[in-house]
Amino acid sequence: MTDQDFVLLKDRNIETDTNYASMPYWRGVFKRFFAKKRSVVGLVIVAAILVLALLGPVLSGYTYREITSVVDEETGKEVVARGISPRIPWLHKLLGKEDYTDRFADKTFLFGTDDLGRDLWTRTWYGARVSLLIAFVTIIIDVIIGMTFGLTSGYFGGAVDGTMQRFVEVANSVPRLVIVSVLAIFMPKGIGLVIVALLLTEWIGMSKIARAEMLKIKELEYIFASRTLGAGNFGIIFNDVLPNTVGPIITQVMFSIPTAIFTEAFLSFVGVGIMLPQCSVGSLIEDGFNNITTLPYQIVPPIIVLALLMLGFNFIGDGLREALAPKLEDM
Amino acid sequence: MQKYIFKRVITALITLLVITFLLFWLVRIMPGNPFPSERMTDEAIAAKRAEMGLDDPILTQFVRYMKKVLKGDFGKGTSLFNGAPIHTVLNKAIANSFKIGGIAILLGTFVGLVLGIIAALNRDRFWDVFCSVFSILGVCVPSYVFLIFLQYTFAYKTTLLPYFFDSSQFLKSSIIPSLSLSLFTMSTIARFTRNEMIEVMDSDYVLLAEAKGMYGYKLITRHVLRNALIPIVTVLAPLIVDLLTGALVVEKIYGIQGIGKLMVDAISGEGIDYNYVLALGILYSSLYIGIMLVVDLLYGVLDPRIRISAKGGDQ
Repeated sequence: MTDQDFVLLKDRNIETDTNYASMPYWRGVFKRFFAKKRSVVGLVIVAAILVLALLGPVLSGYTYREITSVVDEETGKEVVARGISPRIPWLHKLLGKEDYTDRFADKTFLFGTDDLGRDLWTRTWYGARVSLLIAFVTIIIDVIIGMTFGLTSGYFGGAVDGTMQRFVEVANSVPRLVIVSVLAIFMPKGIGLVIVALLLTEWIGMSKIARAEMLKIKELEYIFASRTLGAGNFGIIFNDVLPNTVGPIITQVMFSIPTAIFTEAFLSFVGVGIMLPQCSVGSLIEDGFNNITTLPYQIVPPIIVLALLMLGFNFIGDGLREALAPKLEDM
Repeated sequence: MQKYIFKRVITALITLLVITFLLFWLVRIMPGNPFPSERMTDEAIAAKRAEMGLDDPILTQFVRYMKKVLKGDFGKGTSLFNGAPIHTVLNKAIANSFKIGGIAILLGTFVGLVLGIIAALNRDRFWDVFCSVFSILGVCVPSYVFLIFLQYTFAYKTTLLPYFFDSSQFLKSSIIPSLSLSLFTMSTIARFTRNEMIEVMDSDYVLLAEAKGMYGYKLITRHVLRNALIPIVTVLAPLIVDLLTGALVVEKIYGIQGIGKLMVDAISGEGIDYNYVLALGILYSSLYIGIMLVVDLLYGVLDPRIRISAKGGDQ
């Protein structure tokens, strides 16, 4: 037998079975997520709104509470830019239309101004920023509360689980509106009330998911192995189980964020949410509704932003859910 | 089955009792004084408090309050409607809300079902795409936005329909609010029906039925719809609760004297009317728990698997 009888493997053309090759879990999720047109659309929408919410108010040159006005040179009086419909002077010129004749002819108001003379473009994105911030902050806290509660309940089982689940049952049976109305007695109206109301309601869904995951995972061999090697309860819950519940929780977060935004919008509309001169998507819709007969264009931007946020997060949520728990035919 | 029903009813009642007590307690420990204190001396206030039983232990007060509530007496408002008895105001409000909400539910469920079935039968064709676009729109846009739009187009620009709710021409003025309220139900039901139908249609037993030569109307009604409709009951429940109770903004905008508007008035005005908050809180909670209970039981009746697992003990 000589060396020639042996051929190095790398020289041969080895075919890998790409169909059934193993793929790291998260890479698979990633791939399946981006394979869906919907998820990508959702992601783009949300990203675009996030960027605009961050940069929009800066780019316009106005602030959310600044009232635009000019001083009349002849009379020396202040003229306020009240109720100006959307205008873009250079585009106007480009289309060959006549110039505006009022005092704000050279100013750009992409979405117009409201009845007090504030730039609506700035206010819309500022409002989107407030709404998103409220949603993110509350949902993050809810995830922490809900996961701790759910994982603990599921892990210990028995009497602990029984008691904790009765508590969830009662908490879940209180309509959100009742919680809000009781809160309105105890707290001043405003952002705080919205955040507390969301904190009190949204953690329940998270805890249910965390508990269900825990019940599934805690029977697996690796948990048994971990315990045999001396891991304590704390270590098992937070080191061994928690990382494996991330997927379903992220999906739930994507569905909770629109709920939070919706709830905030609703509370602000009813008059117990965001207070003036602050604004959010909800309070902007309310402003627009109050002026609907005189300035009908005012209500359009916040509604579109709200609808797009809902759409974007729902698409991402759907995409994630499918990507995390693929059916056989999708693989 | 009887044991299951019994257990569910008892749990629901206990939950309701706990919530009611919590509400009562929270409203009672509120800082503040129920009497205009400038005009009364301390002794007079103390005497009045004793007379109204406000110094009794909270449990005694709660039992006394609940006895009245069970007779339908919620006491009087502190600031709304010049202190008229709450139950008379509430009765009217409930009637209004339930009528509008009821129409919305019927309309939403019916159209949603039909749309969902059509979409499932024409998978990936026009009606399916239409159904998914419609349901996305219905879920993403709040009902009050539809209301504002309808009100602006049909009541302001053209005067086809009344601008505000008017109980003297109920039918005409309930079109706008019912329609806008029903859109969310409609789109949710449509999407859900479609997905359930498709899942059932892809199942093995439908394939078997087809293989045996069954087709068309009979296959759809006997084999597909029956199984597809069961889970819809569960999505319908929260929708019903939302519509009967949560039409808050719609009622506020369209000026309907319903329970939603009462709630808004009770919490968003200058002074908060505690008695209304309490009464409405109890009403909302009992409705919510009641409907959830009915749906749970109904689901058990419709789907034998639930019954069996319930019989096996607490799972």
